[in-house]
Amino acid sequence: MATKVYMEALSPTMEEGRIVKWLKQEEESVMDGDVLAEVETDKAIMELQARGEGMLRKVLASEGDTVEVGTVIGVIAAADEDIGEILATVGATGRERAADTADATDRAPAGPETTEPAVTAPSGPAPASPLPSGRLKSSPLARRLAKERQIDLRAIQGTGPGGRVVKRDVESAVPGPRHVPPMAVAAHEDVPLSQIRKTIANRLSQSIGPVPHFFLTSEIDMERTAEAREALNSVPDAPRVSYNDIIIKVVAQALRQHPECNAWWQDDYIRYFNDVHISVAVSVPEGLITPVLRNAHLKSLREIAAEGRELAQRARERKLRPEEYTGGTFSISNLGMFDIDQFTAVINPPEAGILAVGSIADRPVVADGAMTVRKRLRVTMSCDHRVIDGATGARFLQTVKRMLENPLAIVW
Amino acid sequence: MANNFDVIVLGGGPAGYVCAIRSAQLGLKTAVVERDKLGGVCVNVGCIPSKALLHSAYVANLVKHDARTLGINVADVSLDFGAAIKHSRVVSDQNSKGVAFLMKKHDVTVVAGVGQLLPDKKVRVGSDTYTAKKAVVVATGSRVKGLPEIGLEINKTTVISTDEALFLGRAPESVAIVGAGAVGMEFADIFNAFGSRVTLIEVLPRILPLEDEECSAALARVYKKRKIDILAGAIIKHVTVTDSKVVLDVALGGKDQTLEVEQVLMAAGRGLNVQNIGLEDVGVELAETGFVAVDANLQTTASGYYCIGDIAGPPMLAHKGSREGIFVAEHIAGMKPHPIKYDNIPSVTYCHPEVASIGLSEEQCKEKKLDYVVGKFPLMANGRARASRETDGFVKILRDAKYSEILGAHIVASHASELIHELAVARENENTVEEVDLTVHAHPTLSEAVAEAALDSLGRVIHS
Repeated sequence: MATKVYMEALSPTMEEGRIVKWLKQEEESVMDGDVLAEVETDKAIMELQARGEGMLRKVLASEGDTVEVGTVIGVIAAADEDIGEILATVGATGRERAADTADATDRAPAGPETTEPAVTAPSGPAPASPLPSGRLKSSPLARRLAKERQIDLRAIQGTGPGGRVVKRDVESAVPGPRHVPPMAVAAHEDVPLSQIRKTIANRLSQSIGPVPHFFLTSEIDMERTAEAREALNSVPDAPRVSYNDIIIKVVAQALRQHPECNAWWQDDYIRYFNDVHISVAVSVPEGLITPVLRNAHLKSLREIAAEGRELAQRARERKLRPEEYTGGTFSISNLGMFDIDQFTAVINPPEAGILAVGSIADRPVVADGAMTVRKRLRVTMSCDHRVIDGATGARFLQTVKRMLENPLAIVW
Repeated sequence: MANNFDVIVLGGGPAGYVCAIRSAQLGLKTAVVERDKLGGVCVNVGCIPSKALLHSAYVANLVKHDARTLGINVADVSLDFGAAIKHSRVVSDQNSKGVAFLMKKHDVTVVAGVGQLLPDKKVRVGSDTYTAKKAVVVATGSRVKGLPEIGLEINKTTVISTDEALFLGRAPESVAIVGAGAVGMEFADIFNAFGSRVTLIEVLPRILPLEDEECSAALARVYKKRKIDILAGAIIKHVTVTDSKVVLDVALGGKDQTLEVEQVLMAAGRGLNVQNIGLEDVGVELAETGFVAVDANLQTTASGYYCIGDIAGPPMLAHKGSREGIFVAEHIAGMKPHPIKYDNIPSVTYCHPEVASIGLSEEQCKEKKLDYVVGKFPLMANGRARASRETDGFVKILRDAKYSEILGAHIVASHASELIHELAVARENENTVEEVDLTVHAHPTLSEAVAEAALDSLGRVIHS
């Protein structure tokens, strides 16, 4: 049976993809799971796998082409199979003619429709079969659940009669891209919004935009952290520890003490996390990506140093998997290496906070009534006021400051 | 070898014989071992003959109470319980013969006698040993039981079970029915229609204790109107059984009362036929509940031995057993049968009006802290029900507040047993109340009440 090759959503937010390179050529034989092409997404260069076997009979998008997710970009079929009919339905653009444009809540979508990009689950196992091109069998209840949870039914393997997608399939499916995949979601508690929280949220959003930021800056004495770092780095054969590694560790520890800052704004409730996953902003040639250091509160400095380096390296090579840059609970952005004294960072929603880290510089300070020169660091925390109030953020920042000024606190 | 089969089924009731037919359909050489009549309890001393008697009871009530209003004057109505019993026997025999015919038609060998399980998928019947190549399926069912611990051992004269009640020559002057589940409710209806003074005794706080509370209340009202005494939440403290009567001391709400009846009908639970069939000899273990321990494919703890029907676990219903029979046959044949949805098995009591339900009761929704909405439509507002003077009852649908999933449905109506299947199909296919409403229902029908209840749950009921 012929299998259409779709441009799949290879990242949670991908809406279109650029074909970097076809790794299989027309008339070349293809096994299920073979890498067909390299596709540049909004985040990375990803591999597009074959979901059928036979021969790559037709390539419908050339290298360099950018096509929407859900577009048919090729056809896999047996060598002698007639694919004329498929090519006729696909048309020149690769967009299939929608057979049925009825509301998805009322009827099963007949074939991949053009109204919504076909998006596969971003993480977890890949769909076991090609995205079905015929009539999709699903129960009305499954369709409602899927719509609510923004899950694409075509990406789900149905277990009902004749492969029908039923409630349990949707419930066990990985939620779709507009929600963060559960694999990447830390243990958490969802707290309904109190009236006062709702009012704060509404009024502040009206005032400043969808994410009402406010900023808290603190100057931190880094002398003792510098000493500690030097001591650690004098251990032979150990990975070098950067200031940023120490800051990640301290922030993670501090978030455990201030879980009210380790949260996601979820529109009608706030999700407080028990675990700390730190999104670390990494600059890449095309922009910015935030690999996530999972369970940073549980990791030693040495582990954070090694893992952070590895993630950053792959981020720059654009080889991160989607689950490696989603699911963070708090972000850190460090521009210290660019000699930025202090700055404000923009929150990465749905996270509620981001810490902007400037450079560590020798600055004159007054201590014990005398002027001395000490290593100082300015950090600025951006807070989503719907989640974090001024004093809440301040208390968290105070803990960060105290820990950095007395880094032994890390091992408390 | 004449005694070699692919599948041997122990028990020819609704679980066993259906399993045999499905096995035969799938090309398996199949035998059924039955110690009595094919069709089991259901066909011979259960579902089928009791439905015949309930129809007699229905017509009796119709003639007595409604005929004149309906324009039919019937003089000198007299009732003949013996004749009703005779009719029910004819029906049972027809059905049992029908099963025998089906066995022949599908080339299933019927072995008459008591089967004994032996290791290595063998079954002994009398002096013969039969061997199953693929599997032995145990479907020995259940039997009536008394409550000897409170002095109500079945003596077949004054303390009887349905096994005797279905063969009585006349209806007793007075009868106490112990247990107000489906069986108790049905026989209360039958005996009441044939003139017996009926007292229903239920230890739980209400009749039909497993149904939605509103169904229990509706039936309690109807039964009281028919002068059936209901003692719910009653504890039988002392029993005196003689040759001609039974005296029961019953405590109800702190007060004791004495009840003297001609007969007591035991309708409080059934005993499982798990003894003396060799289960332990082949390594088939029982679960703590007393049922045979089975896995999701209804395989027992002994490889090659399956178990279906009443002894495989609740609900102890013929249609559940039949479905398990089909499932197991397909599983043995190497197919991947669709898993049985045990939470979507309809439950029906065939008294008048009938009570039928599927899924969760409102009490269960509350217990599970589900966010639900109730839709309810009274038959009083249904034209078809009024036309046939059967306005007792309602359709009640419980739907999930957010997704409109049908969590449960409860019907009290003259044909509730037939009406429930629309909602069973809906639930099986995960249709929500909205699909039920969107389906055009013929007018005038009782089924319109189902659609209206669905609409009511959405706040859009038309005729109420």
